[in-house]
Amino acid sequence: MLRSILAFLLALAAPVVLAQSSIKIAILGPMAFVQGENHWAGAEMARDEINKAGGIKVGGKTLQIELVRGDTNEIQSVPDATNAMERVITRDKADFVIGGFRSEAVLAMQEVAMDYKKIFLGVGAADAKLGENVEKSYDRYKYWFRASPTKSPDLFRTLMAVLGSIGEQVRTGLKKDKPKVAILAEKAAWTEAIVKGVQATLPKMNMDVVGTWQPSAVATDVTAELAAMERADADIVFTLVSGPVGISLGRQMGERGMKAVAFGINVESQKDDFWQAAAGKANYVATLDTYSEVEITPKTIPFVKAFKQRYKKAPTYTAATYDAIMALKEMIEKEGTTNADRLVAALEKSEYVGTGAIATYDKRHDLVWAVGKTAGIAVQWQDGKKVPFWPPQLKGMQPFKLPSK
Amino acid sequence: MLQDILVTGLVNGGVYALLAIGFSLIFGVARIVNIAHTAFYMLAAYCFYALLVKVGLGFVLSALIAVGGVTLLSVICYRLVIEPVREHEAAVLIATIALALIFQELMLLSFGGSYLGIPSTLEGGVRVLGVSISYQRMLILVVAAVMLIFVWFVLYWTRLGLAIRATANDLEVANLMGMNVHRVAMATVALSVSLAAVAGVVVAPVFVVDPFMWLGPLVTMLAIVVLGGLGSLKGSLIGALVIGYVEAITVFALPSGAYLKGAVALAIMVVVLLARPEGLFGVAFEEER
Repeated sequence: MLRSILAFLLALAAPVVLAQSSIKIAILGPMAFVQGENHWAGAEMARDEINKAGGIKVGGKTLQIELVRGDTNEIQSVPDATNAMERVITRDKADFVIGGFRSEAVLAMQEVAMDYKKIFLGVGAADAKLGENVEKSYDRYKYWFRASPTKSPDLFRTLMAVLGSIGEQVRTGLKKDKPKVAILAEKAAWTEAIVKGVQATLPKMNMDVVGTWQPSAVATDVTAELAAMERADADIVFTLVSGPVGISLGRQMGERGMKAVAFGINVESQKDDFWQAAAGKANYVATLDTYSEVEITPKTIPFVKAFKQRYKKAPTYTAATYDAIMALKEMIEKEGTTNADRLVAALEKSEYVGTGAIATYDKRHDLVWAVGKTAGIAVQWQDGKKVPFWPPQLKGMQPFKLPSK
Repeated sequence: MLQDILVTGLVNGGVYALLAIGFSLIFGVARIVNIAHTAFYMLAAYCFYALLVKVGLGFVLSALIAVGGVTLLSVICYRLVIEPVREHEAAVLIATIALALIFQELMLLSFGGSYLGIPSTLEGGVRVLGVSISYQRMLILVVAAVMLIFVWFVLYWTRLGLAIRATANDLEVANLMGMNVHRVAMATVALSVSLAAVAGVVVAPVFVVDPFMWLGPLVTMLAIVVLGGLGSLKGSLIGALVIGYVEAITVFALPSGAYLKGAVALAIMVVVLLARPEGLFGVAFEEER
């Protein structure tokens, strides 16, 4: 009887002991998909590096990191994402939550994390509303920080900067004073502000918008859209796509032998598998990206090489969970606590040199945008290789190419 | 713009027709609403991908094994899942939804959620009326036509076809006449799913292979067979072309509303259901059996 009581008491005490010996970080993402895979891979690399070095020093103790895997299935279902957030906080007792990808899902996940006053470092969603919440209702939403990427309006600034340089190349290369741009943006929350901004800005940049096509986010065929763009004689296809349509776009442009060049955000084309998925036909497709073997910060190239060695493929932008965990470690050690309120104040004042960005936060807890710091890079597929071409001042950049007319 | 709509609508209509024929056949003759029809299409695409890209078998061998394997699987599924509940239409509906979801999750488990690409069987393309069309899409049109002729031949010129039509006309009388109605239904399922598998092999190279690729076509198929008339092969063909053209017109006339093309197809389905429930060429519900 006494033995049973002791066993029972030990079982009760076990979680407390465990909680004292580790810091639990939940990684939330669509784990069956490449975005979630990269969330998890980046986090694994950070965990192993930190734990191998002894752990995180908190007030005289050294705690190991324990990762909790939260499959949000957010690409398919927003309720699944909020359930995953609820589960990692209430059942798995996560101390911090990191990840998210689809803006619609992250907005809902943000509410759950804020209900529990958990620090939520977003790695994947760009919708500006996430940061606006912090400004509008600071006490409730202050636990949210966007670790990667920059918010949609800042993505827009980056896009315009790159598009400006591509436009110049079209002007000189094709001898066209006013390049024609067709906009192809999936119908989703994150594209709305960017589409409006592009429509208003391109004429000021001496470029013509010949039309805006908005297929469904899960479309897999854009032949009709591409036929219309060809008919409009577009020189540049400006893309805002995160789903399978990005692959179809590259492949079908190649199959049609289109002379226009595609640039924008094409999440699928950021992956190493893109070339194969597009059956080797997506030459010249270009996109914003986060990682390549170029020196964004001194940590970028070693991280990309280590990631490739471990996972046999290059990291995509959601692998910035690595930076999120490392930044968190730095703040915890500096403050000597895991108290959320104290860490929020510390993060607000921090400047963290990560692998993909040099991060400082504004009053909305969004990354402060700057070319060469947080704006990321742009890459283009050239004969099966993903070639970085922007910003040109970074070491390792190569020329952007236009399809031959 | 007119020539773009004409060519694009025809090609996309051909893709849909290839998928809709089998769906319509199984409902028309066996009265089985097989929601898993496009899931078999997805399975064939994965099978073709694995054999062609991963194993390295050629196009022909990969296609034959994919179509044969998926057809065999459909027969097993029919015997184990559909046949025991066939008398209850709602149960068949639920059972086939469950089958489709099982296939989806199995593919997600085996291949992950990444989008996969299959090389084209035929490379290159032509320009028709100034619109470029890949040879692969032309192949789809040809295969759709051949499949339609093949189904027509089987139904009207073979003993199996006679049995299928007799069973469809009156299941009980066919049974009393000594026909093995279960075997006929099984043959119908096999024929129908083999069409879906052919579609998977021929159509998948122009799209993207992923575990959820069966959902979009399923919705479009439902719109097509309702428009054309439940169970009518001729109706399916015409319905497919109508939906292909409606989608093309939506994209060309309303570029910023391109995402609405699926919704427009569904709206047509609802209107047809309200105005003419039997569709363009279908049999009125009250006259069934």
